[in-house]
Amino acid sequence: MNQLHSFVVKEFRHIFRDVRTMMILLVLPVVMVLLFGYVITPEVKDIRLAVVDLSRDDLTQQVVDRFAQNRYFHLTGTAGNPTQGRAMLENGQADMVLVFGEHFAEQLVHSREASVQLLLDGSEPNQAAARAAYAQQLLLAVAQELSATMGVEPRFQIQPVTHALFNPHLRSEFNFVPGNMGMILMLICAMMTSVSIVREKEMGTMEVLLASPLPPLVIIIAKLVPYFVISFINLVTILVLCKYLLALPFAGSLWAFMGISVIYLVVSLALGLLISTLVRTQLAAMILSLLLIIPTIYFSGMTFPIESMPVMYQHVASFIPARWYVAAVRKLMIQGVEVQHVARETLVLATMALVLVSLSLATFKKRL
Amino acid sequence: MNDNIVIRVEGLTKQFGNFVAVNHISFDVSQGEIFGFLGANGAGKTTAMRMLCGLSVPTSGHATVAGYDVERQPELVKRNIGYMSQKFALYDDLTVTENLRLFGGIYRMSRRDIKLKTRQLLTELNLTNERNAMVRSLPLGWKQKLAFSLAIFHEPKIVFLDEPTGGVDPITRRQFWEMIYRAADRGITVFVTTHYMDEAEYCDRVSIMVDGHIKALDTPAMLKQMFNAPTMYDVFLALARQATRG
Repeated sequence: MNQLHSFVVKEFRHIFRDVRTMMILLVLPVVMVLLFGYVITPEVKDIRLAVVDLSRDDLTQQVVDRFAQNRYFHLTGTAGNPTQGRAMLENGQADMVLVFGEHFAEQLVHSREASVQLLLDGSEPNQAAARAAYAQQLLLAVAQELSATMGVEPRFQIQPVTHALFNPHLRSEFNFVPGNMGMILMLICAMMTSVSIVREKEMGTMEVLLASPLPPLVIIIAKLVPYFVISFINLVTILVLCKYLLALPFAGSLWAFMGISVIYLVVSLALGLLISTLVRTQLAAMILSLLLIIPTIYFSGMTFPIESMPVMYQHVASFIPARWYVAAVRKLMIQGVEVQHVARETLVLATMALVLVSLSLATFKKRL
Repeated sequence: MNDNIVIRVEGLTKQFGNFVAVNHISFDVSQGEIFGFLGANGAGKTTAMRMLCGLSVPTSGHATVAGYDVERQPELVKRNIGYMSQKFALYDDLTVTENLRLFGGIYRMSRRDIKLKTRQLLTELNLTNERNAMVRSLPLGWKQKLAFSLAIFHEPKIVFLDEPTGGVDPITRRQFWEMIYRAADRGITVFVTTHYMDEAEYCDRVSIMVDGHIKALDTPAMLKQMFNAPTMYDVFLALARQATRG
């Protein structure tokens, strides 16, 4: 314990004493999120909402009222049918059209569950995703309120069916915040870890450490702990920035998000460790890590939607950890899905973590 | 000579594929001895030394260091040795005291011992005023002395020095050897590789490796007599000329 403690303290000293390292670790992530976030993310206030109400009754009126009262939405008009609603989107009179079907109220009362259509202007995908998320949250709240006032148990559920015009897939893949998280965490964990281990090789201190009674596992853990801690701080910082500065909604489970982020951190750290066993110079470690970042940008779905890639590239993408992480974060943050809907992503990442950790530990020991 | 043998090597061999880096070497080193381990580049010194430090597993043969088998008990070996590499591997961005505290921690010394020994060592090296200076700001000679002090900070039975005086001026080298003598007087066995033949003269006994074999092993005086050579330099040259590799 004493050994590990001394070593971890030393690692933190290395980090805190190097201004450049500190900048990369703590300033870069904030700058990147702010840059992409502010430029691309939406002013979600003043969403101009048009309503198409084919159900025409008290319940739909109550739902519409809630939207009208909400500070993020304001009602700009109504349309008689969905085609007219679409027209309002197309000629820029509205940002979102809420369409209640003919049987909305009936279904809601009888089966406690009804769906409502959300038409969005998808040309600004990020903005559209945020707007949809707000509408979704509001619908959830409205359904609960209605069930409470009417004393209905089990509660009503209003399912939004989102349809983005001009961009049918809504390409929420374009979402920079989840993408950025994937990239930043990979950068910090893989690059900084591998560089810090390789620096010891270059300086000759690794020889001294290996000739000491320090077990290799302690060396590895001590090297990884600081970057894990710092990445975690970054994760929280990014979340706080998203919520309070970018006003991005966090729709899903925070615990699930933290859980899957930790798995992704382990994957990235293991990659850093693996790189450090393959190269001998800090420069080579840096180049190899950057080579990890490039597929992270192009194949994670951050810049190009995976669905629209050629099949071969989709297969390539499935080997990129960030692809799974970004998908899960998008689902959890923006779409607010239940935990079981990210099971596949979690499983893939966990498998990657397991394989990479065993592989890097094996090679690290072999290279002693 | 002495019953107090701290390094015992018997038929130690290391093979990488078809290449025999260290070929069946055998020798003993006694406690408190300064043992010079000489050889041209590529003769197999570093490989042999790595095996003795428990960093590399022998292909065949045996070696015990401080009474422990290097192959079966490398952890116990490591606990009883100190190691100084050619690069005076200290952490540049840590202060003198922080470096000492780190290695004290790694060798599981108690907090009190670390404090006590740090004060003692700083006085001895005249570094008390520089104790909070970053190691990178120290002159090379001081770094080297500090690295040696670190290698014996935890009072090991044996200290392995891998070309410890590379790039250092003759005066500092002289002072460095005085430190080595003081350590040997305290009973620490010194196992040192070097390319400087004047340093070979300072050793109690010297072995000379050529192409993976130990070609000569004796006191400097005996070696000079044996090879009918005026200096260790001539002894070394006579032997190293036989080398076919390197």
